[in-house]
Amino acid sequence: MTAMLNIKDLRAFYGQVQALHGLNFDLNEGSLTTLLGANGAGKTTTLRAICNMVRTTGAIEFEGAPLAGRSTENIVRLGIAHVPQGRGTFTTMTVEENLQLGAITRKDKAGVISDIERMYDHFPVLKQRYTQQAGTLSGGEQQMLAVARALMLRPRLMLLDEPSFGLAPLIVRDLFKILGKINREDKVTILVVEQNAQLALELADQAYVIETGRIVMAGNAKDIANNEDVRKSYLGY
Amino acid sequence: MELFTNQILAGISTGAIYACMALAVVMIYQAIDHLNFAQGEMAMFSTFVSWQLMQWGVPYWGAFVLTLVFSFAGGIAIERLLFKPLAKAPILTNVAGFIALYSIINSVAGLIWDFTIKQYPTPFGSHPFLGSQLISTHQAGMIGITLILLLLLFFFFRFTRMGLAMRAAASLPESARLVGINTSWMIALGWGMAAAIGSIAGMMIAPVVFLEPNMMLGVLIYGFAAAVLGGLTSPFGAVVGGFLVGIFENLVGTYIPGVGNELKLPIALALIITVLVVKPAGLFGRPIVKRV
Repeated sequence: MTAMLNIKDLRAFYGQVQALHGLNFDLNEGSLTTLLGANGAGKTTTLRAICNMVRTTGAIEFEGAPLAGRSTENIVRLGIAHVPQGRGTFTTMTVEENLQLGAITRKDKAGVISDIERMYDHFPVLKQRYTQQAGTLSGGEQQMLAVARALMLRPRLMLLDEPSFGLAPLIVRDLFKILGKINREDKVTILVVEQNAQLALELADQAYVIETGRIVMAGNAKDIANNEDVRKSYLGY
Repeated sequence: MELFTNQILAGISTGAIYACMALAVVMIYQAIDHLNFAQGEMAMFSTFVSWQLMQWGVPYWGAFVLTLVFSFAGGIAIERLLFKPLAKAPILTNVAGFIALYSIINSVAGLIWDFTIKQYPTPFGSHPFLGSQLISTHQAGMIGITLILLLLLFFFFRFTRMGLAMRAAASLPESARLVGINTSWMIALGWGMAAAIGSIAGMMIAPVVFLEPNMMLGVLIYGFAAAVLGGLTSPFGAVVGGFLVGIFENLVGTYIPGVGNELKLPIALALIITVLVVKPAGLFGRPIVKRV
């Protein structure tokens, strides 16, 4: 497998405050990787850095092309879909409009229409509510919508920021099952940031653990899940 | 009774103009969270451009279309040159920018075309409309043009990709960027469209108020009143507000003794203050909640 995303010596800054202190990691094409860590470790910042939504130094390469100097919207157009923390739902628009917005950069009208149907297959609840304002959906439904919206881009790489946040455990299981399916069947490489380490490690094949802006552990998700020291010191379960 | 109907119809026709100005103001407000104090002057300048074109022999509708194109391009240019660099500046810096723009456009128009009052033609004539004494053909034309414009805008925002992208960029810029929308250009486009809508208002009202550099001041204040009444976050509300304010203005002027033309502006301002005190979000606006 080749590295699809390659990050070298990534540092990120909010004003004078440095949030990442030289991150190095790779994502393999087709992998499902999770980035774990406590509050404030720099997980969200890492995702924002990939999409150039925060000031950074260092190098990020996507499929061999450097992302430095590209605007957020241009990075997205390369096929990187980002489901932000809080889901970023267009709450005043309908469910269907949210899906259309996910595909707004695509020119193939017929493909977009059939993809909307595919999303309704993946997430039947969205089909029931397609004319409803997205803001009226429940938290779980909004998260489904956010994932569906991201998939409408037909992304090569999908970044998810705490998809389990605020959701009931059963819904989280459903959602993670769907993520696994998308990864296997649609060949979308996924990087998911999570606080729910146990569940994320069950789902992922690769894992990185981040602490105060540095990668402190990397490896196979199963090995990390089985390593008692790591579990106790970094994952807290 | 005839006086009453007459005043209502007259109110609707000037209300159409206020609706256009309010819509222009709301479009820019949605995009950059600031009130464009220079909206009226931009419209006035566009109207002068159309007048100049007609002086050069261009027929009315030719000048009308050319002016729309000029205003659209001008709106985009103003955004790129002045307000894009100010995007992250504090509110007061932006307000200063708007006031500067206001006086620059006003003075330049005075310099080029001087401050004397000029006649401005109407393409509709000013005969009784359909033989009725209640409303003139020009007033009917104003209403008709506004309704066509509103319909076109509705279809654009509701059913086109570009319209959807513009709505997304205005409602949640960060999410819009994350689906690949170039939000910065959407803002510029919003300015262009607002300038073009304003120019229609200017060209429609000019036969009534006559053409001169200060012609839009009163109209803009009524436009603001309409936008505030309808809700600054709601384009639909702005349009409804425009018509309501137009009718209100006429009825108050007719039926409340002592309110002549002199007191018409204070009434608009009083309306703005009343709405802001009683229902700050306006009739159709959503209260803005900020998470801290």
